Amino acid sequence: MANMSLNKVKMPERDAKERCTNFSEVALGYTKEMAMEEAERCLNCKNRPCEQGCPVAVQIPKFIMKIKEGDFTGAYETITETNNLPAVCGRVCPQETQCEMYCVRGKKGEPVGIGRLERFAADYAMNSGRKPAAKPEGNGRKVAVVGSGPASLTCAADCAKQGYDVTVFEAFHTPGGVLQYGIPEFRLPKKLVSEEIDTLRQLGVKIETNMVIGKVLTLDELKEEGYEAIFIGTGAGFPNFMGIPGENLSGVYSANEFLTRINLMKAYKFPEYDTPIKKYSKVAVIGGGNVAMDAARCAKRLGAEHVYIVYRRSETEMPARAEEVHHAKEEGIDFRLLTNPTRILADEKGWVKGMELLKMELGEPDASGRRRPVAVAGSEYIIDVDAVVVAIGQTPNPLIKSVTPELQTQKWGGIITDDYGRTSIKGVYAGGDAVTGAATVILAMGAGKKAAEAIHEDLNK
Amino acid sequence: MFKIVKKRVLNEQVKLFTLAAPYIAKKAEPGQFVMLRINETGERIPLTISDYDREKGEITIVFQEVGKTTKELGTLNEGDFIQDVAGPLGQPTHFGADVKKAVVIGGGLGTAIAYPSAKKLHQSGVEVHAVIGFRNKDLIIYEEEMKAVSDKLIVATDDGSNGNKGFVTEMLKSLIEAGNKYDLAIAIGPLVMMKFVSAITKEYGIKTFVSMNPIMIDGTGMCGGCRVQVGGKTKFACVDGPDFDGHEVDFDDAMRRQQMYKAEENQSMEKHNCRLGGGQ
Repeated sequence: MANMSLNKVKMPERDAKERCTNFSEVALGYTKEMAMEEAERCLNCKNRPCEQGCPVAVQIPKFIMKIKEGDFTGAYETITETNNLPAVCGRVCPQETQCEMYCVRGKKGEPVGIGRLERFAADYAMNSGRKPAAKPEGNGRKVAVVGSGPASLTCAADCAKQGYDVTVFEAFHTPGGVLQYGIPEFRLPKKLVSEEIDTLRQLGVKIETNMVIGKVLTLDELKEEGYEAIFIGTGAGFPNFMGIPGENLSGVYSANEFLTRINLMKAYKFPEYDTPIKKYSKVAVIGGGNVAMDAARCAKRLGAEHVYIVYRRSETEMPARAEEVHHAKEEGIDFRLLTNPTRILADEKGWVKGMELLKMELGEPDASGRRRPVAVAGSEYIIDVDAVVVAIGQTPNPLIKSVTPELQTQKWGGIITDDYGRTSIKGVYAGGDAVTGAATVILAMGAGKKAAEAIHEDLNK
Repeated sequence: MFKIVKKRVLNEQVKLFTLAAPYIAKKAEPGQFVMLRINETGERIPLTISDYDREKGEITIVFQEVGKTTKELGTLNEGDFIQDVAGPLGQPTHFGADVKKAVVIGGGLGTAIAYPSAKKLHQSGVEVHAVIGFRNKDLIIYEEEMKAVSDKLIVATDDGSNGNKGFVTEMLKSLIEAGNKYDLAIAIGPLVMMKFVSAITKEYGIKTFVSMNPIMIDGTGMCGGCRVQVGGKTKFACVDGPDFDGHEVDFDDAMRRQQMYKAEENQSMEKHNCRLGGGQ
């Protein structure tokens, strides 16, 4: 008999007061017993509705059944047949809008905690000395993957599994893309990212860091070096600013700069690490997505007494995951919703000293289907802040397009592809945020997977 | 890993490394830079490529020991390795097609950074006048190199210890007033020098490029930390520059932004000095 509890087995978390003083992981994960108890909630449906919600086709009931039986390694191996980043996905996937949305148990009560179980299986395997992934027999044909974020890593792994000789080119000194520079340690420990990437190396994938493709080598030059297919997974790394007065003052950051200093460069460990981040006492983060939540929670952990989220719509329209908003609130982040910044104020030395905010109300729906915020006349007020982080979105990095004019892109910079990632150039594929604009890790991984299928199909025509 | 194949001490603060970096050497152009990280705990710093040899697969960087990272870099020797070097980044300097006579102005370390532009202009048949300035004669660098690629070279020192006292701005002004008609000026050095050079060339209507070297984290257009105000618009030095029209740059804004991390830089330096001193 299945466990008919309406609620997921709770996952232990560190107390909000304690956790916001450091960068250790917030969610602690299931114990074996908890995982087996939660696995009992899965009805092992014949038609597996959950799987239609998974862009990387994880065999969900099958792996959950293995956990139920206590075969945790088996569960991990079942997952990694189709997904090479289970420790990442189990932590950062928005399961509530993916697999768990289709779970039958969710019709009455909470769905099965698929994400938590995936995380458990991955962590168990990593902590119990999993055996290295077997290197597939090579077919000697070369595939280049540009960028090393979730889309690229998935495409690389799937191509390697088909026997291709895959090289990943990363511009930074460390592979992982947004998993390294964007998502903070307390949500996704970097040690896990490295371990997942080690699995790729075991599959035979070569990773070349410090290679800024478009500058050091063009796509044509990669082809000349014998790469038969090139996948572009360069993400959406170009930061948007608001265009309001005061944005160039000292103390105003793009979320990218703020998070890259902290996550990739480990500025929270300054001066042990050389990259600094200033200690601010009152920080305002503009935006309502996961990046904004990450920036706000980082600011808190760096010691800010007061951290604001300033978002022009209401909580319903917030693009951030409910869980992230909940965590941010628990940590004392002050949400100023239906509020838009109008200008940033400077002290006599050009440092941020405040921000003027304007109250908004919701009007008619706009192109995105969300109700458009309209300014409330005369509602301006000022908050005291000494730093502002602009987290209103990123657009695709224009570097490769700028040196590859024949690569067709949308007006806003997204690379144009078919449903399988084929671009306007033969042999060149793309996926993830570079195509869609800023989205989620799992959608990028789905795109990487599809592109790998297309590459395999096209190279064997 | 990138091997240091040659090290030269140019003066007490300025050092030159030639690095084995075949991919970068193949593509480097005057005006471009690399991002460098010494080791695992290091920061990423931008350094201009001051020369390159495509055949040998080598690039040259020249740096001044001003902070913790550059001081630490200076302790490395031939045969040592630098963990990360990425590039070539930024836009190459575009001189324009119809340049006949150019003046290249270098202040301190900026002389080494301006050198590849002088060299390229010289090689393409442009008459090059070079004006380089230093605080005193012991700090003079790249004199021979500049001499080799210019038709006229003026070396000035702030204290007159080399026998030619004055600032590069004064030297430039005299050259112009002596009747030299330049259709291009390239000025590379401290922000304040570039600001005043640009003010003079603006007065005489000489097209001027300056090279901006703001705080950068990634160097590939991602962080926006390097934003500079050019002609009232926000530009990223790493991808739109580092060269910009000197008559359009807001130097005061750039000088303020450069000071942002002064306190932390000092903290880092103290820790570094402490380590060198054997203490912890």
